[in-house]
Amino acid sequence: MTDLLLEPTTVPMETVYCMPQALGSQPTHYCPGCTHGVAHRLLAEALDELNLRERAILVAPVGCAVFAYQYFEMDGCEAPHGRAPAMATGIKRVQPENIVITYQGDGDLASIGAGEILHAAARGEAITVIFVNNAIYGMTGGQVAPTSLTGQRTVSSPFGREGVPLQMSELLSVLPGAAYIVRRSLHNPANIRKAKKAILTALKVQQAGLGFGMVELLSSCPTNWGLTPPQALQWIETNMLPAFPVGDYKVLDAVKEL
Amino acid sequence: MSRELLKGNVAIAEAALRAGMTAYFGYPITPQTELLEHLARRMPELGRTFLQAESEIAAINMVYGAACTGVRTMTSSSGPGISLMQEGMSYIAASDLPCVVVDVMRGGPGLGNILPSQGDYFQVTRSAGHGDYHPIVLAPASVQEAVDLTILAFDLADHYRHLVILAADGLIGQMMEPAELPPMRDLSDERPAYALTGAKGRAPRRIASFYLQAEAEEAYNLHIQARLARIRAAEQRSTEYFTEDAQLLVVGYGSAGRIALSAVQKLRAQGVPVGLFRPISLYPFPEVRLRQLAAQVSAILVVEMNAGQMLEDVRLTVAEHTPIHFYGRMGGAIPVPEEIENALLKLLPTEVLS
Repeated sequence: MTDLLLEPTTVPMETVYCMPQALGSQPTHYCPGCTHGVAHRLLAEALDELNLRERAILVAPVGCAVFAYQYFEMDGCEAPHGRAPAMATGIKRVQPENIVITYQGDGDLASIGAGEILHAAARGEAITVIFVNNAIYGMTGGQVAPTSLTGQRTVSSPFGREGVPLQMSELLSVLPGAAYIVRRSLHNPANIRKAKKAILTALKVQQAGLGFGMVELLSSCPTNWGLTPPQALQWIETNMLPAFPVGDYKVLDAVKEL
Repeated sequence: MSRELLKGNVAIAEAALRAGMTAYFGYPITPQTELLEHLARRMPELGRTFLQAESEIAAINMVYGAACTGVRTMTSSSGPGISLMQEGMSYIAASDLPCVVVDVMRGGPGLGNILPSQGDYFQVTRSAGHGDYHPIVLAPASVQEAVDLTILAFDLADHYRHLVILAADGLIGQMMEPAELPPMRDLSDERPAYALTGAKGRAPRRIASFYLQAEAEEAYNLHIQARLARIRAAEQRSTEYFTEDAQLLVVGYGSAGRIALSAVQKLRAQGVPVGLFRPISLYPFPEVRLRQLAAQVSAILVVEMNAGQMLEDVRLTVAEHTPIHFYGRMGGAIPVPEEIENALLKLLPTEVLS
């Protein structure tokens, strides 16, 4: 018998890692190796750090993140496919004191919802858009997206995608209503830390009422890419980064002062 | 209050904001555009939300968002725009949210034209989008009735947490008539228990219409059906003229019903025993009263500004018990009373005529 093991510790333990308050404890339905979970956690941490959870309203998309309104511990709703920016506009115009966030995939935002995102940005709606770009339709089983890479083989582009991917951050950055538009990646810890910082800035942009903010996150889809999770992260670095360079596409001077 | 000379579209817009509409989102389309234009000026004056959306699709989803916050909200359009709003209306209905949609109907199908029509009857009464549900649908026959039904639309929407469509044909939208507007209602600061306002000091609220399990989706559908049953029991509305001893019955709503009244009045002056039944609620269809009247008359003439859409509801209500005939004009053509008179005279037995 070793009494040492039974002795209670007298040194108080410091919490170094816990669930963010803004994220619920229920398991998600995301596939193993998918970076939606990372994106969720970053958004939740940022909301906690800025103490915004109780003011926030999340507009979930149709797509893999369709249940996002269930996963966050805050008020939320479910938009028709692509219409989250319009719904968010309706909420924000009535309740400007709320922090209104849309969370959208690339099929939702860049394809069926291209009109809604363009006009929300053009109007300078003071909403925050988390744009998860994995270059494919996930929930429906891996069809070609407007963000799919040239030559990318998917179940609906079996001979390789024709044309070039639609670069939403570059496209929206030319609009005067856009205050903060950046692209980050979730393929390794260094980039994840930069993504977190960008989400914090985007939320501060909304708090300050500076205009439309969007953080595009390059994300993995191991299931529909047909890769293992580590291979999928490598695929982001090798194939997506050249087509979707990470960087700041629109940062108003007022944002730099935040 | 006194009566003013008002254009239908303007009267509906003004009635809506007096009913407490806090947020309006719309898109220009003839013949409803004056409605949007009136609110473009009035809503900001009152410190309320007005936004011209980039499309009808965006407009109805802005309404969906505003409805999530628990305020009174509305959009307006005409046939082609209502087609684009079907998706959003289905989501709103499936989320148990109140809102009002105004359809100032024009000639169709396709781009059609900008003239008055009742061609959207199927579109607005049958489901207004995918899935099993019906909106409440109200059809005014005058500018005054458009005002009154706009107020009622907001009240019913809130009471049942349900989508209400005001189905006005282009004549009602474009015509000027004396009408009395209601007094301005105070806006309430209180929000309903479902409203998304930020989860401060309470559990998060969630508004969605997504049920992966068949049992859950079916249970939700039964919940909608139970609400519709309550609506059918309590909200059948109609008005009638000369029906007491009528042997012939005209059934028409909106402008067609009003034009038919002129024909009925003229024939009555000649001693012809004809009456008019004018449905005001198109959903729920006023079947209880119509069934009673059908039992007393020898024939029914349905008059519409379409190819015979409400006709199906009349048939469903009356079945084979009473012969049903139809007279309709389409594509923006408006029947004149003489046409309806002639259609009625053809139904009369010779001894009544002589």
